[in-house]
Amino acid sequence: MPVPDNLQTTPFHLRTAPLIQGQTWRRWAGYAVASAYDWTHDHEYAAVRNAAALFDVSPLHKYRLTGRDSARLLDRMVTRNVLKSRVGQVQYSTWCDAQGKVIDDGTISRLGENEFRLTSAEPNFRWLHRNAYGLEVGIQDISENLGALAVQGPLSRTILNEAAEQPVDALQYFRVMDNRIAGIAIQVSRTGYTGDLGYELWIPSEHAVEVWDAVIAAGRNYGLTPAGIWALDVARIEAGLVMLDVDYHSSHRAMIEPQKSSPFELSLDWTVAFDKGPYNGRKALAAEKERGPLWRFVGIEIDWDSFESLYVAHDLAPALPSVPWRASIPLYRAGKQVGYASSGCWSPLLKKYLALAHLQAPHFAPDTLLQIEVTVEHRHQLANARVRKLPFFDPPRKKA
Amino acid sequence: MANQYDAVVIGGGHNGLVNAAYLARAGKKVLVLERRHLLGGAAVSEQVFPGFTFSVFSYVVSLLRPEIIRDLELPRHGMQILPLESSVTPLPNGDYFATWNDADLTRRELYRHSAMDADAFSEFGRLMHQMARAVKPFLGMIPPDPTSLAPGDLKGLLKLGGHLRSMGAERFHALFKLMTMSSADYLDEWFEFGALKATKAASGIIGTFMGPRSPGSAYVLLHHYMGEIDGAFRAWGFCKGGTGTISNAIAAAARAAGATLRTEAAVKQVLVRNGRASGVVLASGEEILAPIVVSGLDARRTFLDLVESRELPGELLEQVRRFRFRGSSGKVNLALSELPDFSCMPGVGAHHRGAFSISPSVDYLERAYDDAKYGEFSRRPYMDIVFPSMIDPGMAPPGRHVASIFVQYVPYHINGGWTDAKREAFGDAVVDTLAEYAPNLKGVILHRQVLTPADIEEKTGLSEGNIFQGELALQQLFFLRPAARWASYRTPIHGYYQCGSSTHPGGGVMGAPGRLAAQRILADA
Repeated sequence: MPVPDNLQTTPFHLRTAPLIQGQTWRRWAGYAVASAYDWTHDHEYAAVRNAAALFDVSPLHKYRLTGRDSARLLDRMVTRNVLKSRVGQVQYSTWCDAQGKVIDDGTISRLGENEFRLTSAEPNFRWLHRNAYGLEVGIQDISENLGALAVQGPLSRTILNEAAEQPVDALQYFRVMDNRIAGIAIQVSRTGYTGDLGYELWIPSEHAVEVWDAVIAAGRNYGLTPAGIWALDVARIEAGLVMLDVDYHSSHRAMIEPQKSSPFELSLDWTVAFDKGPYNGRKALAAEKERGPLWRFVGIEIDWDSFESLYVAHDLAPALPSVPWRASIPLYRAGKQVGYASSGCWSPLLKKYLALAHLQAPHFAPDTLLQIEVTVEHRHQLANARVRKLPFFDPPRKKA
Repeated sequence: MANQYDAVVIGGGHNGLVNAAYLARAGKKVLVLERRHLLGGAAVSEQVFPGFTFSVFSYVVSLLRPEIIRDLELPRHGMQILPLESSVTPLPNGDYFATWNDADLTRRELYRHSAMDADAFSEFGRLMHQMARAVKPFLGMIPPDPTSLAPGDLKGLLKLGGHLRSMGAERFHALFKLMTMSSADYLDEWFEFGALKATKAASGIIGTFMGPRSPGSAYVLLHHYMGEIDGAFRAWGFCKGGTGTISNAIAAAARAAGATLRTEAAVKQVLVRNGRASGVVLASGEEILAPIVVSGLDARRTFLDLVESRELPGELLEQVRRFRFRGSSGKVNLALSELPDFSCMPGVGAHHRGAFSISPSVDYLERAYDDAKYGEFSRRPYMDIVFPSMIDPGMAPPGRHVASIFVQYVPYHINGGWTDAKREAFGDAVVDTLAEYAPNLKGVILHRQVLTPADIEEKTGLSEGNIFQGELALQQLFFLRPAARWASYRTPIHGYYQCGSSTHPGGGVMGAPGRLAAQRILADA
């Protein structure tokens, strides 16, 4: 029996390990994944918006739900209306505790009348079981059985049409289909974490490498680039997508109440359905909707002139973060702290310094003038910033 | 006058030393009197066999109060805590269950055994962390008497009440359960994997004559979690040079503050004049005068041995007589020519830098308790094993090793009384059981030291060999430790104080009783 003295590796490790130049391994849900394959993420990010990038997103937790009551289980657990979903549809949803605070968020793919796949950022096996009491449903943790690749970017469709047996042209946004790559039966969903045209491939682990090779081969003429977490982070910040354990904490893990967030506080109102029966947190969410949320999750754009002037005062050119940051940075309005940013990056595409932030009522209206903490020459300074509507970047091709 | 001090501390165990250090820092002229030739009490390192050093009794650090480490500057005085990597529970089927010093690795390992428990583990850890934080303020306060209307007690009670109210429902309910349930029942609410439950439950029975199914054992579980929250401050681990180094560091701090420390100076009696302590008489007949006398010994010795019974109220004498010691743990220290090779994890590896727990199931532990309940040592005992030489190479000659084996249950009150033959039979049961998991064990043992509770009592003076100076059972905690109305470190004799683990918050090389007693003494002066 080997002593587990190393992190888990994904089913694509045989292919990803030789690519990583700077050994920038990092943890993701107990797996070792690349921050970037190249020494910097610049090319990898550019591929997302210019050609196509290939992300190994296998560390996502994945659960297969089967049986007569599988839809009922999900419907009583999550905030979206799952009973309304059709076979082949994918829904993004949050799920909450009884107080309406978010436990996790992820996608729900209806693969059959009585078959679903749930993805999540953190383990939810026990939570699923706790909600399945009295229901006829099979709950299977398929996290390790299934590798996942995200092909994201304007040329992703072209590449998959070359790689896959069935064309993906007809696959609509947030839909999933059966397909084959390299003869391996897989599923392709029109989903992703970049806010761009993109697809995710759900692949049996034992055939992961074959599918990787076929996708890479098909992408050779289209600039397909394996990309790491830094590139993914820039893309998801531009897309305004929230990340568990970075932008918010699971209510199951928060140490104190103020560390918890409701879907409204994460500006995920659209995932909270009231056209359905009882579900976890419904009462609290209804009350919160009535009252209005105390916090909102918003975009922040740091004012360039203000930012630059802090550096010019020291006879310096403005210094931008070289990689996207994940940290809590205070935000002020008229000298009083009104919130905090939780992720940020320079957007090479939009040429803007962006952040995702939590703001208290009533300071979250678009274009509200705020100040953000910036350290310039070892001193804390304040730069102007404005509240922006999310997403920062939303190309028509995403849904086209 | 040479033989006159402001305060005399009886017993140079870690609490006596902590007490002396705090008193000396406050400007008192303090003398510590230790019966043995070395300081530390049950926290000592000794070269039992040439070249092989053992933490003879207490062997890991987890509960030592961070404020004591800071106040007494223990790292400056030589204390160096080294991390323990892991805990491995070998299973009868040849597999193992391990927890590592890394949440991801531990989750992956647990997942092998139970996907449900892998999820539950982090939530359980979070709740225990919160609970330990909730209970922690109690550890740092002099217990108020809930039946008293004295201003000091009322203030303490108000603080407690406010604290309980601020805990929130989830934590308050959990606290109630921990106070009333057995550790086995409580863990059943969380987990399904037997070896996980047993290994967790084991910490609820340490030093206590209870089984994992005895009500009240759940609280002791929490008591041991306290160390884990302070683990965030890196206080959990193995002390370089063995546990004696902690005592020596505290002693050095006390000396630096001006305290005098004498060894081979056994105290025969506390001198009492007109209901006031006035000093002590040594076994040699020497008299030492001091208006403050502090006993670091356990409650039985403090009240029944060191003072004449007529100085104390009958009710107190009765409570102390009933204070439960019932030593139930033993220790086997081995000098080894090489490391035991565990069949579940062959070869030498990182796992040897952590603990091994022989706790395959709750039934196994409960059966081990059954033996003891009827006056026998466990034929197949619970064991917690570490190899200090793997962490600190100085503990054994190069290439050789030492093993520290904590064993339960081994009752002080064994049928027919303890004999040399019985002690060796107990040692054999320990080695035989461990050899089932590490077949090379018997061939690599160079020397063996076996300590029954009777031996622990004889060597350290701990009554009935109880490692906590009295069981950590709920009815012996907080304002009832060691006796109702006398949980505030005072005694009915003016100027005579208690500072041992028999007082709140109890044992486990915390040092808290010594510190809190010093606060009480200084406030009274």
